[in-house]
Amino acid sequence: MTDVRPRIRLPRSAAAGDSIVVKTLINHDMESGQRRNSAGEIIPRQIVNRFTCEYAGVMVIDMTLHGAISANPYIEFEAVVPASGDFVFTWYDDNGEVYTSTESFTVA
Amino acid sequence: MQHLRAGRTLALATACVAALTGVALADPDLTAELVIDGELHLVTRAPSDDVITPNLPERYSGFLFRDPATRDMQMDDFENPAMLAVEEGEGLWSTVEGTAGQSCQDCHGDAADSMAGVRASMPHVNGDGVLWSMENYVNNCRTTRMGAAEPWGWNSAPMRAMTSYISMQSRGMPVNVAIDGAAAPYWEQGREMYYTRFGQLELSCANCHEDSAGQMIRADHLSQGQISGFPTYRLKDQRVVSIHNRFVGCVRDTRAETFAMGSPEFIALELYVASRGNGLSVEGVSVRP
Repeated sequence: MTDVRPRIRLPRSAAAGDSIVVKTLINHDMESGQRRNSAGEIIPRQIVNRFTCEYAGVMVIDMTLHGAISANPYIEFEAVVPASGDFVFTWYDDNGEVYTSTESFTVA
Repeated sequence: MQHLRAGRTLALATACVAALTGVALADPDLTAELVIDGELHLVTRAPSDDVITPNLPERYSGFLFRDPATRDMQMDDFENPAMLAVEEGEGLWSTVEGTAGQSCQDCHGDAADSMAGVRASMPHVNGDGVLWSMENYVNNCRTTRMGAAEPWGWNSAPMRAMTSYISMQSRGMPVNVAIDGAAAPYWEQGREMYYTRFGQLELSCANCHEDSAGQMIRADHLSQGQISGFPTYRLKDQRVVSIHNRFVGCVRDTRAETFAMGSPEFIALELYVASRGNGLSVEGVSVRP
């Protein structure tokens, strides 16, 4: 696995109480566990199995991912921002690693 | 069974009539515009000419043959998954490797300046009169200047990342490969290949991409086979693929033994195919199904 680099895009600004579009992308092979290598052996599954986003300590989205999700999963959702705060994004890898990214957001 | 066969014959006949009477095909979608992030307009239609593409009415980027969802993905740099490779390439650009203790950046400086236009003119005849693709130039730097132990494999992840990053520096510039002078014999070789039928199916590049562009090949849309969008993130492969990787796929699909990626044959073919897209914008890194 190459270096995992999460990418986040938030709107430049929003008013308090607005619903904003949050876009996330992470580079990950999402090895399904269904494929075989050249020696005919099963390549073990290694996917991001869970993704969460919290805003100012409140869970916005908590999703479970399965084997049929393509490599480099792109996740887009909406979040209501009642006040300024921090977005915390977390990806959970099958191998136990956890990738976290934090973005501050300021409401007008 | 009889009934089925009749139905198929009828469908075939209808298709023939459609072709003969010039009924508009679904592809390409000439109303589609390629605008990156609402700012950068790219050229997806370029005039044909009698020398390079006498059999094409106009040159169309593969972008025009894709469905709206795929096009949208390319038009947003955040949603375009090829940008992951571009980012990786940017990191490699400044990574020191080899006995000389240097990175690409140490010689070439800011890629935005030094690499602008490189993609648009590739493949290019080198100082020794040999036609080289971008991959050859990258590996030459690695092995002769940087003293890196190993050249990168043509289709390796770092090579695809590096060519993606370099290609991005030419995004929006018109493809303009030289086909005269020292490049002329290579171009002729590439053209010869383009019109040569290969494989058990006896298909030439032209059979699909010139004679049948705009029609379906099984469930996919046949484009003109332009390479102005390469390297491209292929959704089917879930990664960026190189031009030669795509060539291998096409030749294999004719049920032929393919040439190797990086072979002189494919480099010559790359020059010819690139020239067929002269005037189209380099798309940097595109998204294709």
